[in-house]
Amino acid sequence: MATAEKQKSDVMLDYLIPQKKFPSVWCPGCGNGIVMGAFIRAVDKLEYDRNDIAMVSGIGCTSRMPVYLDFNSLHTMHGRALAFATGVKFAQPKMKVVVITGDGDALAIGGNHFIHACRRNIDITCILINNHTYGMTGGQGSPTTPSDAISTTTPFGNVEKHFDPCDLAKSAGASYVARGTVYHYPQLEKIITAALEHKGFSLVEVISNCHTYYGRLNKKGDAPAMLDMFKDLSVTKAKAKNMEQEELENKFVIGKMHEDNVKTEFCDEYKKIIDKQKG
Amino acid sequence: MANKKKKLLQGNGACVEGAIYSGMTFYAGYPITPSTEIAEGCARLLPKMGGRFIQMEDEIASIAAIIGASVTGRKALTGTSGPGYSLMQESIGYAYMTETPIVIINVQRGGPSTGLPTKVGQADTMQARWGTHGDYNAIAIAPSTVGECLTETIRAFNLAERFRTPVTVLLDEVMGHMREIIEVPEKGDHEVFNRVKPTASHEEFEAFEMTENLVSPMASYGDGYRYNVTGLTHDTRGFSTNRTDESIQKLDKLFYKIENYKDEIFKSRVELVEDADVVFISYGTVSRAALQAMQIARKAGAKVGSIQLYTIWPFDYDMIKKATANCKTVVVAEMNMGQICHEVKKVLDPSKKLETVQRYDGEIITPMELLEKLEEVL
Amino acid sequence: MAKLLDKIEIPHDRFEIRLSGSGGQGMIFGSVVLCEAVGQSGNKSVVQSQSYGPEARGGASKADVVISDSEIYYPKAMKLDLLLAMTQESLDKYFGDLKDHGVLIIDTSLVTDFPTDEYYGIEFTRLARNEIGSIVVANVMALGAICALTGLFTKEALTTAVLARAPKGTEDRNKKAIEIGFDEAMKIKKK
Repeated sequence: MATAEKQKSDVMLDYLIPQKKFPSVWCPGCGNGIVMGAFIRAVDKLEYDRNDIAMVSGIGCTSRMPVYLDFNSLHTMHGRALAFATGVKFAQPKMKVVVITGDGDALAIGGNHFIHACRRNIDITCILINNHTYGMTGGQGSPTTPSDAISTTTPFGNVEKHFDPCDLAKSAGASYVARGTVYHYPQLEKIITAALEHKGFSLVEVISNCHTYYGRLNKKGDAPAMLDMFKDLSVTKAKAKNMEQEELENKFVIGKMHEDNVKTEFCDEYKKIIDKQKG
Repeated sequence: MANKKKKLLQGNGACVEGAIYSGMTFYAGYPITPSTEIAEGCARLLPKMGGRFIQMEDEIASIAAIIGASVTGRKALTGTSGPGYSLMQESIGYAYMTETPIVIINVQRGGPSTGLPTKVGQADTMQARWGTHGDYNAIAIAPSTVGECLTETIRAFNLAERFRTPVTVLLDEVMGHMREIIEVPEKGDHEVFNRVKPTASHEEFEAFEMTENLVSPMASYGDGYRYNVTGLTHDTRGFSTNRTDESIQKLDKLFYKIENYKDEIFKSRVELVEDADVVFISYGTVSRAALQAMQIARKAGAKVGSIQLYTIWPFDYDMIKKATANCKTVVVAEMNMGQICHEVKKVLDPSKKLETVQRYDGEIITPMELLEKLEEVL
Repeated sequence: MAKLLDKIEIPHDRFEIRLSGSGGQGMIFGSVVLCEAVGQSGNKSVVQSQSYGPEARGGASKADVVISDSEIYYPKAMKLDLLLAMTQESLDKYFGDLKDHGVLIIDTSLVTDFPTDEYYGIEFTRLARNEIGSIVVANVMALGAICALTGLFTKEALTTAVLARAPKGTEDRNKKAIEIGFDEAMKIKKK
């Protein structure tokens, strides 16, 4: 399909499932829609055969995304998306496997699967939408909820520390790691495109807004106000290099964090064993 | 016929051979005693035939991976034991709900919890029926010899593919580790069933359509049928629903696709029950002690019969009722504190005595213990 | 009251063997090889099982083999027809499981107390050390003796089975061990 001339809205409609009832489960103004748009445009630009795309998710607001899209969609269980995705990818390496997940799904209940998928460097793209809370269950604290922040399970302020998903992925062995925000959507599209093209495990963390819970409980305002906040708090990777640690406190460093194109990929390595053993 | 290739195999190894015979090409698992030889066998053999083996980070990931692999069209297997089987339960429920064929081999040990890792037990029998939450129908089968480990694993894959459902093969530590010389089957010796694939166009395709036998043709990811798979209660196209009529339809489908065809699933070995005063009911390794005790007792003039269950779930109540019609006493022998005996009780004529022989100390029930019970009840 | 138990007997069509010793003496290996030798020597059914687990290491280790012309029901030993005891501990522990006049084979280089006079004594460990230069093959030597004393399998079948499982480079040692075990047993068998 000639995509260049296509109107942006046409591209979106082309990838949405016509029979599926809309509106979506997401609240008006939710950042998930922005990420879905960026993802669709990236896939369209790369001209992938959508029959070969498997979109795997777990449980949570974010994890509903595959259901709306015209791919092979596997909506699994809370935290387990990467384990299911590993099965899909390893069983059928020709497929482009994308996991869409949230901060609670990927880093709390699914934390173990997350680090091991990174460690294997299996060719899966993981888009982690980080809204710093559990949206679907009503605004509880998550592994990325900042210290002192209010949630329904930290009503007096969060006494825990939070994960940095990008640092975690990098040190666990992921070979492409990047962070974007729902405010910087043209950059987000580029990051997702690069992640999809990367061979090996790629993580895209997207800072997003849950104004319904996190925003309201922490007096961050409505959706536009939160997007403005992301704009104000974001610092490019290049700029961050010359900043002190204290200056970066509560900021979002965005852009590509890590890329390793030398590290071997899991399915490729196993294929070598098959070729050798089959003789 | 006479010159069949023979092999000395462990029960666990025979399961691997049976799975490979069935066309299994994907294994994901996590090491756990006493099932580990299944994983090791697959790690060694699968790449030689172009198959794939992966050791996952835990049992939760293992079962998730095989469900993912099955959705792409592969026959997929995992092996585990009690603690791992418990960890897998949530995903086994996902496989029921999404009607994904998979086979799980549970080499049972003593429990609960870590229990007796190197010793034998049969206390997961009820877990194989009711392990995950919600309503569903389950298939679980139990071999009793190394040869049957091979053939029952083939049957497990056939049932999984025929009914689009997870199937549990219940082994136990003794069964998994014992060695016997068995015939290695050649192509064509055993029927191998492959899942029915859709023929409808992409537009007409409904991933969970209501067919006559309630089993929907299953498309593989990558085949060109793009569809949604979800653990949420869903309609015939695979989209989640809260509608009461669609919810009933889905759960009825899960239940009756098995219930209506259970005669295809039942399998038992019924020996000398016609004139028996006492009938043993058992499954798995214990059946070998029961048959031995029956043989010894018969020789000594006692009228004893035996019912061995190969299919545990669905439970064959009618067969139990018929096969116990003539006896006075039924002795249910199992390596737990009493699980299948409760199923037997549901259908046993109240005029008959129900006795049990149970062990849960990590040791196998011996023929002598069964003979002592006979001495008591005859 | 005793009606049944007085009348029962263990089926004659079963031949039950237990190889016992301490962990590291290769009793499990021996039992596996024995099964394969029996398997090659005809159409017999054979079942091998072993005590398994950490408690089986170091202390008494055992492996059972049941052989029959017909279907083997109970897979473990009920009353042993043959007991191989490679240590005092295993002899003391399992002698009671041997049936009356069952075949008892003892490594007399390691055992000093004998519960009966009815046994075949061969110094497997000493012979293995002195004649072959390695005590590791004492188990294979014992299999040679079992071969001679029972005729359950041929010496050729035993050799094939041992060589198929033994590490490369140990062929000669193992063959020699089988010969010595066989010959020593034949000497005392004739008596």
